[in-house]
Amino acid sequence: MRALLLLLLLAGPALAVQPDERLADPVLEGRARALSRELRCVVCQNESIDDSNATLARDIRLLLRERISAGDSDAQATAFLVARYGDFVLLRPPVRGDTWLLWFGPLVVLTLGVVGTAVALRRRRPGPAPLTAAEQAQLERLMREDGA
Amino acid sequence: MRRLVYLVPLLLFAALAGYFGVALLSGRDPHELPSALLDKPAPDFALPGLGGGAGLSMAGLRGQVVVLNFFASWCAPCRVEHPVLLRLGRQEKVRLVGIAYKDKPEDSRRFLAELGDPFRAVGSDRDGRVGIDFGLYGVPETYVIDRQGHIRKRFVGPLTPAAVERELLPLLRGLAGG
Repeated sequence: MRALLLLLLLAGPALAVQPDERLADPVLEGRARALSRELRCVVCQNESIDDSNATLARDIRLLLRERISAGDSDAQATAFLVARYGDFVLLRPPVRGDTWLLWFGPLVVLTLGVVGTAVALRRRRPGPAPLTAAEQAQLERLMREDGA
Repeated sequence: MRRLVYLVPLLLFAALAGYFGVALLSGRDPHELPSALLDKPAPDFALPGLGGGAGLSMAGLRGQVVVLNFFASWCAPCRVEHPVLLRLGRQEKVRLVGIAYKDKPEDSRRFLAELGDPFRAVGSDRDGRVGIDFGLYGVPETYVIDRQGHIRKRFVGPLTPAAVERELLPLLRGLAGG
Protein backbone atom coordinates (compact mmCIF):
# COMPACT_ATOMS: atom_id res chain seq x y z
CA MET A 1 0.00 0.00 0.00
CA ARG A 2 2.74 2.41 1.00
CA ALA A 3 4.71 1.50 -2.09
CA LEU A 4 1.67 2.26 -4.23
CA LEU A 5 1.23 5.67 -2.60
CA LEU A 6 4.90 6.41 -3.16
CA LEU A 7 4.55 5.46 -6.80
CA LEU A 8 1.55 7.74 -7.16
CA LEU A 9 3.48 10.60 -5.61
CA LEU A 10 6.41 10.05 -7.94
CA ALA A 11 4.27 9.88 -11.07
CA GLY A 12 4.51 13.32 -12.66
CA PRO A 13 2.22 14.63 -15.38
CA ALA A 14 3.02 13.42 -18.88
CA LEU A 15 5.36 15.95 -20.44
CA ALA A 16 5.07 17.28 -23.96
CA VAL A 17 8.78 18.11 -23.98
CA GLN A 18 10.57 15.03 -25.33
CA PRO A 19 13.94 13.95 -23.93
CA ASP A 20 15.66 14.46 -27.29
CA GLU A 21 14.69 18.14 -27.29
CA ARG A 22 16.41 18.99 -24.03
CA LEU A 23 19.64 20.92 -23.90
CA ALA A 24 22.60 19.38 -22.11
CA ASP A 25 23.27 22.56 -20.15
CA PRO A 26 20.75 22.66 -17.24
CA VAL A 27 20.92 26.47 -16.99
CA LEU A 28 20.06 26.99 -20.66
CA GLU A 29 17.42 24.24 -20.50
CA GLY A 30 15.88 25.94 -17.45
CA ARG A 31 15.68 29.24 -19.31
CA ALA A 32 14.14 27.52 -22.34
CA ARG A 33 11.53 25.80 -20.16
CA ALA A 34 10.63 29.04 -18.37
CA LEU A 35 10.31 30.87 -21.70
CA SER A 36 8.25 28.16 -23.36
CA ARG A 37 5.74 28.20 -20.49
CA GLU A 38 5.04 31.85 -21.40
CA LEU A 39 4.58 31.23 -25.12
CA ARG A 40 1.28 30.28 -26.69
CA CYS A 41 0.99 27.37 -29.06
CA VAL A 42 -0.69 29.08 -32.03
CA VAL A 43 -2.21 25.80 -33.21
CA CYS A 44 -4.07 24.94 -29.98
CA GLN A 45 -4.34 28.61 -28.94
CA ASN A 46 -4.98 27.96 -25.25
CA GLU A 47 -1.92 25.95 -24.32
CA SER A 48 1.68 26.96 -23.85
CA ILE A 49 4.18 25.39 -26.21
CA ASP A 50 5.63 23.72 -23.11
CA ASP A 51 2.36 21.78 -22.67
CA SER A 52 1.41 21.22 -26.27
CA ASN A 53 2.00 18.07 -28.29
CA ALA A 54 1.43 19.86 -31.61
CA THR A 55 4.29 19.48 -34.09
CA LEU A 56 4.52 23.24 -34.53
CA ALA A 57 4.92 23.62 -30.74
CA ARG A 58 7.78 21.11 -30.87
CA ASP A 59 9.39 22.95 -33.79
CA ILE A 60 9.18 26.22 -31.89
CA ARG A 61 10.58 24.62 -28.72
CA LEU A 62 13.55 23.38 -30.75
CA LEU A 63 13.96 26.77 -32.42
CA LEU A 64 13.87 28.49 -29.02
CA ARG A 65 16.58 26.21 -27.68
CA GLU A 66 18.66 26.82 -30.79
CA ARG A 67 18.46 30.56 -30.33
CA ILE A 68 19.26 30.39 -26.62
CA SER A 69 22.24 28.14 -27.31
CA ALA A 70 23.40 30.62 -29.94
CA GLY A 71 23.54 33.29 -27.22
CA ASP A 72 20.16 35.04 -27.50
CA SER A 73 18.86 36.68 -24.33
CA ASP A 74 15.37 35.71 -23.15
CA ALA A 75 14.02 39.00 -24.51
CA GLN A 76 15.70 38.47 -27.90
CA ALA A 77 14.37 34.93 -28.25
CA THR A 78 10.85 36.11 -27.37
CA ALA A 79 11.10 39.08 -29.74
CA PHE A 80 12.10 36.69 -32.53
CA LEU A 81 8.80 34.84 -32.16
CA VAL A 82 6.71 37.98 -31.62
CA ALA A 83 8.08 39.33 -34.92
CA ARG A 84 6.65 36.26 -36.67
CA TYR A 85 3.47 35.46 -34.78
CA GLY A 86 2.59 38.81 -33.19
CA ASP A 87 1.76 39.57 -29.55
CA PHE A 88 -0.69 36.67 -29.65
CA VAL A 89 2.16 34.20 -28.91
CA LEU A 90 2.66 35.82 -25.53
CA LEU A 91 0.39 34.20 -22.95
CA ARG A 92 0.91 37.32 -20.82
CA PRO A 93 0.11 40.32 -23.03
CA PRO A 94 2.50 43.29 -22.70
CA VAL A 95 1.33 46.35 -20.74
CA ARG A 96 1.09 49.12 -23.34
CA GLY A 97 -1.14 52.01 -24.32
CA ASP A 98 -3.42 49.81 -26.41
CA THR A 99 -3.59 47.02 -23.81
CA TRP A 100 -4.26 49.41 -20.91
CA LEU A 101 -7.99 48.68 -20.95
CA LEU A 102 -7.31 44.93 -20.91
CA TRP A 103 -5.05 45.12 -17.87
CA PHE A 104 -6.77 47.82 -15.82
CA GLY A 105 -10.36 47.64 -17.13
CA PRO A 106 -11.44 45.20 -14.38
CA LEU A 107 -9.94 47.50 -11.74
CA VAL A 108 -11.88 50.44 -13.20
CA VAL A 109 -15.12 48.42 -13.13
CA LEU A 110 -14.45 47.35 -9.53
CA THR A 111 -13.77 50.95 -8.48
CA LEU A 112 -16.98 52.11 -10.15
CA GLY A 113 -18.87 49.35 -8.32
CA VAL A 114 -17.39 50.23 -4.92
CA VAL A 115 -18.07 53.96 -5.40
CA GLY A 116 -21.61 53.24 -6.63
CA THR A 117 -22.36 50.97 -3.66
CA ALA A 118 -20.93 53.50 -1.18
CA VAL A 119 -23.05 56.30 -2.65
CA ALA A 120 -26.17 54.13 -2.63
CA LEU A 121 -25.60 53.09 1.02
CA ARG A 122 -25.04 56.67 2.09
CA ARG A 123 -28.23 57.85 0.39
CA ARG A 124 -30.35 55.19 1.98
CA ARG A 125 -32.93 56.84 4.29
CA PRO A 126 -32.10 56.40 7.99
CA GLY A 127 -34.24 53.84 9.82
CA PRO A 128 -36.94 54.93 12.34
CA ALA A 129 -35.66 56.80 15.41
CA PRO A 130 -35.31 54.73 18.61
CA LEU A 131 -38.28 54.71 20.97
CA THR A 132 -38.49 57.45 23.55
CA ALA A 133 -38.69 56.48 27.26
CA ALA A 134 -42.46 57.12 27.30
CA GLU A 135 -43.03 54.96 24.18
CA GLN A 136 -40.90 52.19 25.66
CA ALA A 137 -42.95 52.22 28.86
CA GLN A 138 -46.18 52.11 26.84
CA LEU A 139 -44.90 49.18 24.78
CA GLU A 140 -44.02 47.20 27.89
CA ARG A 141 -47.46 47.91 29.37
CA LEU A 142 -49.18 46.69 26.23
CA MET A 143 -47.07 43.54 26.14
CA ARG A 144 -47.94 42.75 29.75
CA GLU A 145 -51.65 43.27 29.13
CA ASP A 146 -51.46 41.02 26.12
CA GLY A 147 -49.74 38.28 28.10
CA ALA A 148 -52.20 38.44 30.99
CA MET B 1 -35.56 61.52 -13.72
CA ARG B 2 -34.60 59.11 -10.94
CA ARG B 3 -36.55 56.40 -12.72
CA LEU B 4 -34.26 56.62 -15.76
CA VAL B 5 -31.42 55.16 -13.66
CA TYR B 6 -33.22 51.84 -13.76
CA LEU B 7 -32.88 51.80 -17.56
CA VAL B 8 -29.07 51.73 -17.35
CA PRO B 9 -28.76 47.92 -16.97
CA LEU B 10 -31.16 47.46 -19.87
CA LEU B 11 -29.10 49.78 -22.06
CA LEU B 12 -25.87 47.99 -21.05
CA PHE B 13 -27.46 44.68 -21.92
CA ALA B 14 -28.65 45.98 -25.29
CA ALA B 15 -25.15 47.31 -26.10
CA LEU B 16 -23.51 44.00 -25.15
CA ALA B 17 -26.09 41.92 -27.04
CA GLY B 18 -25.60 44.14 -30.09
CA TYR B 19 -21.84 43.69 -29.90
CA PHE B 20 -22.10 39.90 -29.58
CA GLY B 21 -24.71 39.80 -32.35
CA VAL B 22 -22.48 41.66 -34.80
CA ALA B 23 -19.49 39.43 -33.95
CA LEU B 24 -21.60 36.29 -34.29
CA LEU B 25 -23.20 37.23 -37.61
CA SER B 26 -20.05 38.62 -39.26
CA GLY B 27 -18.90 35.08 -40.08
CA ARG B 28 -15.40 35.88 -38.85
CA ASP B 29 -13.54 32.92 -37.36
CA PRO B 30 -11.96 34.15 -34.11
CA HIS B 31 -9.39 31.34 -34.31
CA GLU B 32 -8.03 32.88 -37.47
CA LEU B 33 -5.01 34.99 -36.57
CA PRO B 34 -4.05 38.15 -38.41
CA SER B 35 -0.56 37.94 -39.86
CA ALA B 36 2.04 39.80 -37.82
CA LEU B 37 3.87 40.45 -41.10
CA LEU B 38 1.05 42.24 -42.89
CA ASP B 39 2.48 45.12 -44.98
CA LYS B 40 5.98 44.16 -43.83
CA PRO B 41 8.75 42.62 -45.96
CA ALA B 42 8.29 38.91 -46.53
CA PRO B 43 11.02 36.86 -44.86
CA ASP B 44 14.01 36.07 -47.04
CA PHE B 45 14.34 32.42 -47.98
CA ALA B 46 16.08 30.18 -50.47
CA LEU B 47 14.69 26.66 -50.71
CA PRO B 48 15.74 23.68 -52.80
CA GLY B 49 13.28 22.28 -55.33
CA LEU B 50 11.50 18.95 -55.12
CA GLY B 51 14.50 16.88 -56.10
CA GLY B 52 16.23 18.01 -59.25
CA GLY B 53 13.87 20.88 -60.01
CA ALA B 54 14.90 24.48 -59.50
CA GLY B 55 14.08 25.77 -56.04
CA LEU B 56 12.33 28.90 -54.86
CA SER B 57 13.89 31.98 -53.31
CA MET B 58 12.59 35.35 -52.21
CA ALA B 59 15.32 37.05 -54.25
CA GLY B 60 14.00 35.36 -57.38
CA LEU B 61 10.45 36.58 -56.73
CA ARG B 62 11.23 40.24 -56.14
CA GLY B 63 9.76 42.71 -58.61
CA GLN B 64 6.56 40.74 -59.27
CA VAL B 65 3.25 40.20 -57.58
CA VAL B 66 3.25 36.64 -56.26
CA VAL B 67 0.70 34.28 -54.73
CA LEU B 68 2.58 31.92 -52.41
CA ASN B 69 0.83 28.77 -51.23
CA PHE B 70 2.06 26.53 -48.41
CA PHE B 71 0.89 22.95 -48.88
CA ALA B 72 1.79 19.40 -47.88
CA SER B 73 0.93 15.98 -49.21
CA TRP B 74 -0.16 14.92 -45.69
CA CYS B 75 -2.65 17.77 -45.42
CA ALA B 76 -6.26 16.85 -46.19
CA PRO B 77 -7.59 20.43 -46.59
CA CYS B 78 -4.87 20.95 -49.23
CA ARG B 79 -6.62 18.35 -51.38
CA VAL B 80 -9.87 20.23 -50.97
CA GLU B 81 -8.15 23.44 -52.00
CA HIS B 82 -6.28 21.99 -54.95
CA PRO B 83 -8.91 22.44 -57.70
CA VAL B 84 -9.09 26.14 -56.76
CA LEU B 85 -5.31 26.43 -57.09
CA LEU B 86 -5.39 24.63 -60.45
CA ARG B 87 -7.91 27.15 -61.79
CA LEU B 88 -5.93 30.03 -60.34
CA GLY B 89 -2.65 28.76 -61.81
CA ARG B 90 -4.17 28.63 -65.30
CA GLN B 91 -4.70 32.40 -65.26
CA GLU B 92 -2.00 34.08 -67.30
CA LYS B 93 -1.56 37.05 -65.00
CA VAL B 94 -1.35 35.17 -61.71
CA ARG B 95 2.11 34.08 -60.62
CA LEU B 96 1.40 31.17 -58.29
CA VAL B 97 4.29 29.49 -56.48
CA GLY B 98 4.27 26.82 -53.78
CA ILE B 99 6.20 25.76 -50.72
CA ALA B 100 5.91 22.14 -49.58
CA TYR B 101 5.78 22.43 -45.79
CA LYS B 102 7.39 19.66 -43.69
CA ASP B 103 6.92 17.15 -46.45
CA LYS B 104 9.25 14.61 -48.07
CA PRO B 105 10.07 15.88 -51.59
CA GLU B 106 9.06 12.54 -53.14
CA ASP B 107 5.66 12.74 -51.39
CA SER B 108 5.13 16.32 -52.59
CA ARG B 109 6.08 15.23 -56.12
CA ARG B 110 3.59 12.36 -56.01
CA PHE B 111 0.88 14.71 -54.65
CA LEU B 112 1.40 17.15 -57.53
CA ALA B 113 1.66 14.37 -60.12
CA GLU B 114 -1.62 12.89 -58.91
CA LEU B 115 -3.67 16.09 -58.61
CA GLY B 116 -1.93 18.35 -61.12
CA ASP B 117 0.78 20.96 -60.60
CA PRO B 118 -0.54 24.54 -60.55
CA PHE B 119 2.75 26.11 -59.44
CA ARG B 120 5.32 27.95 -61.54
CA ALA B 121 7.97 26.98 -59.00
CA VAL B 122 8.01 24.91 -55.80
CA GLY B 123 10.40 25.02 -52.87
CA SER B 124 10.79 22.32 -50.24
CA ASP B 125 10.68 23.48 -46.61
CA ARG B 126 11.47 20.17 -44.95
CA ASP B 127 12.16 21.39 -41.41
CA GLY B 128 9.41 24.00 -41.51
CA ARG B 129 11.70 26.91 -40.64
CA VAL B 130 10.55 29.08 -43.55
CA GLY B 131 6.99 28.37 -42.40
CA ILE B 132 7.83 29.69 -38.94
CA ASP B 133 9.49 32.76 -40.52
CA PHE B 134 6.16 33.48 -42.23
CA GLY B 135 4.25 32.97 -38.97
CA LEU B 136 2.55 29.92 -40.47
CA TYR B 137 0.43 27.91 -38.05
CA GLY B 138 -1.16 25.34 -40.29
CA VAL B 139 -1.43 24.26 -43.90
CA PRO B 140 -2.72 25.36 -46.27
CA GLU B 141 -1.96 29.05 -45.99
CA THR B 142 -1.71 31.44 -48.92
CA TYR B 143 0.18 34.74 -49.00
CA VAL B 144 0.02 37.60 -51.48
CA ILE B 145 3.37 39.37 -51.90
CA ASP B 146 3.64 42.66 -53.81
CA ARG B 147 6.37 43.90 -56.14
CA GLN B 148 8.34 45.41 -53.27
CA GLY B 149 8.34 42.04 -51.52
CA HIS B 150 5.80 43.06 -48.85
CA ILE B 151 3.14 40.64 -47.59
CA ARG B 152 -0.24 42.17 -48.43
CA LYS B 153 -2.64 39.41 -47.42
CA ARG B 154 -2.77 36.03 -45.78
CA PHE B 155 -5.46 33.42 -46.33
CA VAL B 156 -5.64 30.81 -43.56
CA GLY B 157 -7.01 27.41 -44.51
CA PRO B 158 -8.15 26.26 -47.94
CA LEU B 159 -8.81 28.98 -50.51
CA THR B 160 -12.45 28.95 -51.52
CA PRO B 161 -13.71 29.99 -54.97
CA ALA B 162 -15.58 32.81 -53.21
CA ALA B 163 -12.42 34.07 -51.48
CA VAL B 164 -10.56 33.99 -54.81
CA GLU B 165 -13.28 35.92 -56.65
CA ARG B 166 -14.07 38.45 -53.95
CA GLU B 167 -10.71 39.04 -52.29
CA LEU B 168 -7.72 37.53 -54.03
CA LEU B 169 -8.31 38.54 -57.66
CA PRO B 170 -9.40 42.14 -56.86
CA LEU B 171 -6.31 42.51 -54.67
CA LEU B 172 -4.06 41.16 -57.45
CA ARG B 173 -5.65 43.53 -59.98
CA GLY B 174 -5.04 46.44 -57.62
CA LEU B 175 -1.43 45.47 -57.03
CA ALA B 176 -0.73 44.91 -60.74
CA GLY B 177 -2.11 48.35 -61.57
CA GLY B 178 -0.27 50.21 -58.80
